Amino acid sequence: MSIVFKKTSMLTDAPLSYCPGCTHGIITRLVAEVIDEMGLAGETIGIAPVGCSVLAYNFFSCDMIQAPHGRAPAVATGVKRAHPDKTVFTYQGDGDLAAIGTAETIHSGARGENICIFFVNNAIYGMTGGQVAPTSLPGQVTQTTPYGRDVKYSGNPIRVCEMMATVTGTAYVERVAVDCVKNVRHAKEAIRKAFTMQQEKKGLSLVEFLSTCPTNWGLTPVKALEWLRENLMAYYPLGVYKDVTAEEEAK
Amino acid sequence: MSEKVLMKGNEAVAESAIRAGCRHFFGYPITPQTEVAAYFAKRMPKIGGTYLQAESEIAAINMVLGAGGSGARAMTSSSSPGISLKTEGISYICGSDVPCVIMNIERGGPGLGGIQPSQSDYFQATKAPGHGDLHVIVLAPSGVQEMADITYNAFDLAEKYRMPCLILGDGILGQMMEPVELPEPKEISAEDKPWAACGHENKREHNIINSLYLDPAELEQKVRARYERYAEIEKNEVRFEEYKTDDADIIITAFGATSRVAKSAINTAREMGIKAGLVRPITLWPFPKEILAKLADRVKAFLSVEMNMGQMVDDVKLAVNGKKPVYFFGRTGGIVPTAEEIVAELEKINGGAAK
Repeated sequence: MSIVFKKTSMLTDAPLSYCPGCTHGIITRLVAEVIDEMGLAGETIGIAPVGCSVLAYNFFSCDMIQAPHGRAPAVATGVKRAHPDKTVFTYQGDGDLAAIGTAETIHSGARGENICIFFVNNAIYGMTGGQVAPTSLPGQVTQTTPYGRDVKYSGNPIRVCEMMATVTGTAYVERVAVDCVKNVRHAKEAIRKAFTMQQEKKGLSLVEFLSTCPTNWGLTPVKALEWLRENLMAYYPLGVYKDVTAEEEAK
Repeated sequence: MSEKVLMKGNEAVAESAIRAGCRHFFGYPITPQTEVAAYFAKRMPKIGGTYLQAESEIAAINMVLGAGGSGARAMTSSSSPGISLKTEGISYICGSDVPCVIMNIERGGPGLGGIQPSQSDYFQATKAPGHGDLHVIVLAPSGVQEMADITYNAFDLAEKYRMPCLILGDGILGQMMEPVELPEPKEISAEDKPWAACGHENKREHNIINSLYLDPAELEQKVRARYERYAEIEKNEVRFEEYKTDDADIIITAFGATSRVAKSAINTAREMGIKAGLVRPITLWPFPKEILAKLADRVKAFLSVEMNMGQMVDDVKLAVNGKKPVYFFGRTGGIVPTAEEIVAELEKINGGAAK
């Protein structure tokens, strides 16, 4: 009997702690598969965030460091400066990256740190039970915006890719989704491109994944995907926001 | 050993760190430790090292977590308000058992305080340099030579016990110039850190640098194991200097720059017939409890002299344990106690409790 499919060795046997129906699991696995396929497992150091993916250090089988909330790009900077030839990535959520860690995100981009940031945007603080996030949509009902997000009161959502594309030093910025097979396959290529950029020492790559949170959105996994397509994708359009290699080719 | 050179305390620390094999410095500008960063900024690019000015104190300490966690000798330095910002990172570094060196060139507080010398971060350094059950090794030099020597050894200490070493200085020590004999440069390899997260090269299980333990029993076990290490440090690493304690009736306790003033006060007092001596803790944690407990059986009183409102005096009282009176004299806000003020305190004590 021949093996036609097996789990990537870049994932350990630790059970993923994500809620049923959450698309974090797909993203985690895609990152792991690409590292494995590119033969980078032995030379990669991953940085785990605080949030739903805090236990990423148990999931990925490469060396891992768990960072304080929002500080993953700073920790990654320390690793990369000490080991410029190793592969370094962070895996962060929206609260981590776009609220408490905004400065670390922007400045790692401005320095052109040669790292990959994988940013999972589900428009909510999942781990702590569904509070309003920097990326929650106007009107979105959360535990701490029970009457809907009033942007005049609790601020406007931050579009991370659009912002990071303006930062000189970032090399590749793309927003993808994992809501259907086509998009999952494309997301994987975006991850591969990010690691390739790092290998070619182009600077910082950031891939944003629109992701679901059925538990805290209060929707079934299927309805959550529909809500993502109808609402998140409308506010956060998919696409490449920056690609310095394409710009070089165009010249 | 090399010949003596005239250097500022802050510069001696930076050069000594480089000679100890430190190649990664992450900082953020703050007075009065600026010379440390400036020195590294000049030297590191010439020797293949990293000087990086971070976007914040918080980012700088987390860069230290990354570099240290991946096996490199890494350092950051700051001054009081900046250290407050670093406490989150210090706690994670302690909880992740990562070695590193941190320097605090203290200035007056609280808040933005002032920029003149102070020792008012003693509590922060020795009791709560971050949240949680933890300690860092706290080293208190009192001159430029000692700043160089302490820095040189701090990296070894940090790696031996896999925890941060905090060098607690003040604006006087950082800014003053003295002749210093610099230590010999050493080469450091990351190879001998089997725990480091630097890529497993498919040769071992993955290393995890982490401070999260959701199972209370596991977390308690981790903390207890760390406290066993702390007990070893308390046994092996206590350092202090005694000055004219042999026949002393009154023991001054003072550290850092304050101890220099205390020595001259002691000499004046002795000319006046007051037999005073000094115990100068070099390690503030672990604190030199035993020598103070021993002296408490013999001397008449203690006087803790500090540039704060009375912080180390609590540890002196714990060590003396009620056997003899413990007095306190301090100036704060950036004001350095004078020898005259200290002599006046000694006279008061000598006329009262020590009679």
